[in-house]
Amino acid sequence: MAVDQVLQGLDNLELGPRSTGPGASGDRAARLARKTLAAAWPKLLAVALVLLVWQVVHLTGWKKLVLAGPGTVLSDLWQLAQHGQLWAAIGVTMKRALIGYVLALIIGSVIGVLVARIPPLRAALGSIITGLQTMPSIAWYPFAIILFSAGTQAILFVMVMGAAPSIANGLITGVDYTPPLLLRAGRTMGLTGLALYRYLILPASLPAYVAGMKQGWAFAWRSLMAGELVVTIVGAPGLGVLLNTNQSLQDFAGATSIIIVILIIGIVVDLVFTKADTALRRRRGLLDPSLPA
Amino acid sequence: MRVSDERSTRVSGRTDAPAVLLTGVSKAYRTGRAELLALDQVSLTARDGEFVCIIGASGCGKSTLLNLVAGLDKPTAGQIDTGGRNVGLMFQEPALFPWLTAARNVELALRARGVPRAERRSQTAELLATVRLTGFGDKRPHELSGGMRQRVALARALAQHADVLLMDEPFGALDAMTRDLLHEELERIWAERTLTVLFVTHNVREAARLGDRVIVLSSRPGRVIAEYDISRRGPRRIDSPEVANMAAILTDRLREEMGRHGS
Repeated sequence: MAVDQVLQGLDNLELGPRSTGPGASGDRAARLARKTLAAAWPKLLAVALVLLVWQVVHLTGWKKLVLAGPGTVLSDLWQLAQHGQLWAAIGVTMKRALIGYVLALIIGSVIGVLVARIPPLRAALGSIITGLQTMPSIAWYPFAIILFSAGTQAILFVMVMGAAPSIANGLITGVDYTPPLLLRAGRTMGLTGLALYRYLILPASLPAYVAGMKQGWAFAWRSLMAGELVVTIVGAPGLGVLLNTNQSLQDFAGATSIIIVILIIGIVVDLVFTKADTALRRRRGLLDPSLPA
Repeated sequence: MRVSDERSTRVSGRTDAPAVLLTGVSKAYRTGRAELLALDQVSLTARDGEFVCIIGASGCGKSTLLNLVAGLDKPTAGQIDTGGRNVGLMFQEPALFPWLTAARNVELALRARGVPRAERRSQTAELLATVRLTGFGDKRPHELSGGMRQRVALARALAQHADVLLMDEPFGALDAMTRDLLHEELERIWAERTLTVLFVTHNVREAARLGDRVIVLSSRPGRVIAEYDISRRGPRRIDSPEVANMAAILTDRLREEMGRHGS
């Protein structure tokens, strides 16, 4: 028998059967619904449990004068959602979040590439970057306010100080962990200098880079919330300002509502990063296909 | 243009001109305070279009040798001359870029060589056809079997316009049946493209099956201790008696060498 035919047969055998059975291509909508439900019910259960415990604590009468029950808070939140004020505040905050994060992304990436490429720079800055990561962002505010006065600039500065080190570190880790075998393959191919970075090292470091970006987002979001509590900017009240107002008014339900909003935004953005990370790993075959999405 | 003309006349037929010439090549590594001699005064020649197998037990510096010929490393002493030929290197692992499809992996080697975009597509398709992977171009490495990945790696090495193909135990991680088929494929491609192959292995049968010549290296340090010419009379099979006889001779020679380290 001809070699090509044997080889073709072997290839087909090794790639396994094609998934053409019933249910695989059939009702995609039903499958999607089932998958969504399967992914959602543990989360819903967790939320229900928190609400239950909260309700029980409320019923025991602990801190009776201030602690509102989940019913009051949720209806407060519903009321807030009907008003433009909350949405305007979310708009102001998200705009700052976007600007601050993009700034941190650019600065962190540039520093990451430079530190990864230039050994003396790494010797000088490597441990400083790691040190900066452990710095609580709120500690930057006095410095930032003196430097920029209390305003958006101060908040953006602290966001960058919080997020850029994580992003830079993610990129540096990715560059360092590029498999030596792939580097050998790339050099044999004649990839050098910029082409080596463009076609090999940067794509290879993408998963660690995305992990750094995700962590950077968490730091940026925290810095922003701290900033909005510390720095009051007249005319543009963000979520932090609403929270501050509620504190002054001793409005527990209102404060809790805003906290829930902040939490939801944080979770949704984190979800986007997790999705990106999963898609990336799936493309590279770094994900166990039997695991649920 | 002149360069490519020269190239085509040089590889157009098998000549006795040396394609790879090593003279007195030594390579020492510094590990802490001790110095480890990996290769000691290795001299060998591979003629244009010759299939040379290099065999040895552990610690014979096989991979070091290929790295030196590929120019990834510099010898401590001696000369390596490939006469300006393009050298492609293949490893035991396919070392494909996991974020690229099979076709993109091959195409990247063309891009690195500066092949214009318009030609890259057709050349990639042709190279994938050469390794019989037409239709699998848009699969990612992890979606292919081990044998198929190694064939993509071969196509990528060929895309480097290699006149000299260095292979570092390329089929070591494959099952016997796949390996057997890939031997035939490699033989076909080698003959079609008039390649010079330096094939490192520790599988004596593989060496006896594929080589025009088999070079045996000693261990720690690596020296050339024996050389066998195997005349090619028609196609060989891994289970044919000539191959088995040659394998037995190689095994005995290797055991003798290993025994030297036993006492």
